[in-house]
Amino acid sequence: MVAQASRGWTGRLTFVDAFLWAFRLVVIAVAVWGTVGTIRTGRYSLEQWLDFLAFGFAQGGIYALIALGYTMVYGILRMINFAHGEVFMSGAFTAYFVAAPLHTAGVFHRHPLAGVLLVTLVGALVSMTVAVLVERVAYRPLRQAPRLVPLITAIGASFFLQYTFRGLYGAGVRSYPDIPALRGELFLGPFAILKTQAVALVGAVLMMSILYTIVMRTKIGKAMRAVAEDKEVAALMGIDIDRVILFTFALGGFMAGVAGVLYALVVKQVHFFMGFVPGIKAFTAAVLGGIGNIPGAMLGGLFLGVIESVGPALFLDGLGIPAPYQLADAIAFTMLVMVLIFRPQGLLGERLAAKRA
Amino acid sequence: MVIQRLVRPLLAVLVVVVATASLYVAAPAPAAPVTLGPVTDEWGVVRIPRGQPIIIAYWLVVAGPNASLGTDSRRGIELAIADKKTVAGHPVRLIGEDSGCNAEGGQTAARRIAANRQVVAAVGSSCSSEAIPGAPILCQVGIVTISPSNTAPALTDPERGPQYACYARTAHNDKVQGRAAALFAYHRLGVRRAATIHDGSPYAEQLANVFADVFRRLGGTVTAQEAIQTGQSDYRPALTRIATGRPQLIYYPIFIAEGGLITRQAKEVSGLERTILMSADGTFAPDFLRAAGEAAKGMYWTSPDLSPEVLGPRYQQFVQRYQQRYGEKPTAAFHAHAYDAAMMIFAAIEKVARKDAQGNTYIGRKALRDAIFATRNFQGLTGTLTCNPYGDCADPKIAVYQAISADPAQWNPGVDPKKVWSAPRAAP
Repeated sequence: MVAQASRGWTGRLTFVDAFLWAFRLVVIAVAVWGTVGTIRTGRYSLEQWLDFLAFGFAQGGIYALIALGYTMVYGILRMINFAHGEVFMSGAFTAYFVAAPLHTAGVFHRHPLAGVLLVTLVGALVSMTVAVLVERVAYRPLRQAPRLVPLITAIGASFFLQYTFRGLYGAGVRSYPDIPALRGELFLGPFAILKTQAVALVGAVLMMSILYTIVMRTKIGKAMRAVAEDKEVAALMGIDIDRVILFTFALGGFMAGVAGVLYALVVKQVHFFMGFVPGIKAFTAAVLGGIGNIPGAMLGGLFLGVIESVGPALFLDGLGIPAPYQLADAIAFTMLVMVLIFRPQGLLGERLAAKRA
Repeated sequence: MVIQRLVRPLLAVLVVVVATASLYVAAPAPAAPVTLGPVTDEWGVVRIPRGQPIIIAYWLVVAGPNASLGTDSRRGIELAIADKKTVAGHPVRLIGEDSGCNAEGGQTAARRIAANRQVVAAVGSSCSSEAIPGAPILCQVGIVTISPSNTAPALTDPERGPQYACYARTAHNDKVQGRAAALFAYHRLGVRRAATIHDGSPYAEQLANVFADVFRRLGGTVTAQEAIQTGQSDYRPALTRIATGRPQLIYYPIFIAEGGLITRQAKEVSGLERTILMSADGTFAPDFLRAAGEAAKGMYWTSPDLSPEVLGPRYQQFVQRYQQRYGEKPTAAFHAHAYDAAMMIFAAIEKVARKDAQGNTYIGRKALRDAIFATRNFQGLTGTLTCNPYGDCADPKIAVYQAISADPAQWNPGVDPKKVWSAPRAAP
């Protein structure tokens, strides 16, 4: 029986399997080699490693917030909404025109909480409107089309939004106001984290739990899950599919708007192209975490943020690469490939996804 | 799966596209002389019917985060056209393309200009990264181009190759700027440990390298030559890595969006709170102050010296007209360089243009290129311009500026940012 099993094992080991195993071993060996090298040089102090972690978590929180929108739309519609990065930009860019006069009027000095909430609300509502419009104009007419069609439409919608906002607000970079109450750092034990980043991180966790509650505990959430399972059957059960999908986009857009304003508070810059790179990163985060899975998007975002921040110093410094931070994206995407090789369904993804796809 | 069925046809299409593209790129410059009207020229002849305009094209970054750089240069060309009125008896029409401040954008813009056979000469590009793929495309069809703001040394290097034969510039070579930055840091600020950051663009990388080389030769230590990726939003990890070398100064000759983030974030990284920040001409613009905010206070730039005592009253009048026409102060440092580039082109056209009996004008492309490269002691706004055989035409004057108020509304180069030093004139 043992012999049989082993024969079966070698029989199943195809060339592709062998190659993948070799690839895994090589990447792990390089990573270990680099890590040992870095630690032996002692270039970084413990505080600096903790700083790297804190930067990573903060950046990951933003990725997570955007990733939630991707993953939700994918979970319901099995469609990747590539215009999501631009929905994110539209809210943040528009909210700037509320934030700037509030800043000159001194509102952020006297009522920082109310001011920030107002700006966030404006951003969220604008993003929500844009998301709903995109769904209504660009995606709904194509719902019965093959799956590649809405994907291409999404890319088109993404360009359309970018250049519409460039036309509306100009091509330059705008600087978000510095909010006095959010200046400086917060100390949590050994971690020092900027207050803006702490707000972004807390915001991300909060939004994720609200989203999870909506999907899992409310009636509309139940309808969303039913539509995700099988659109036709859900329609037969009396669920208004159009309404559910519209709600999904509205919710995703709202969150993208919140993410946009939080991002702008951290980075303090907005321009018409700002949605592109975070959009791609958030999509990566959603795939990392298991696309379609809400806690997975959160985890994927944090994981990606930390890898981008810690990875170059940890893996590449020891290999003697002179400017490792130029390769931050290379590290992040290699990590994505690695995760997908070891767990094709993503960190928290269910195997079911393959059957439904 | 749909994707699998699509792979083969897509691959086939890709092969065809690549093959066509390589044919296009590899096609030799027109070697057989062309004769049109009274002119014979190896690179071809442009015929301008009587009364029709002479077409000059710009390829500059006039959109996106670096729009202030290219728009500023375009205004310089427009003012030159307004001053000159007619060239060889023809009015001048300016057309143009946005070149995006990246290689792809430069390539696309150059292709579109090269496709228009009526273009006599071009002004551009804005960023060195655009010129590296773009200039050979223009040289292919024999369109001479003068850049007002490319500064990467490789572009006018003696070994740059024949595919750049049509390319000249009125901007300084960064061998001059990098040296000035290193001299200022070492002698004036007394810095002995410095780090550099570039973003992988030819401009930033070559300028950072020149700085590092000269700084080392002066006896300083370069603690890191870090590189970052453009388009990201958090550069603190890279800055933390730089902090481990304890530099006294960081030189980051990059562009506005990333430069703004680094200026802000350097103050937030432990170990860099008191490090001196110095950037270069790519961020010397009020838009950069909008991106960097208060954190820019006290930082330094190396940039062309545009102060009245160096450039004289002609430049001051030019700036007045600029302000009257566009309602704002110059948005970057290369408007005068663009003005000079356009004026050099006009002078060269008038030298080589020939008319036939009907009053049509003929311009030989190679003759025009040779006339531009033969420019000697040309009295421009930026100084006395003389071109070397590799296209360096600038009369480089570099100054170091320091931000006083960091308020974009107060932008007035020379006063705020204040000019604190001018580089000694010497051969690079």
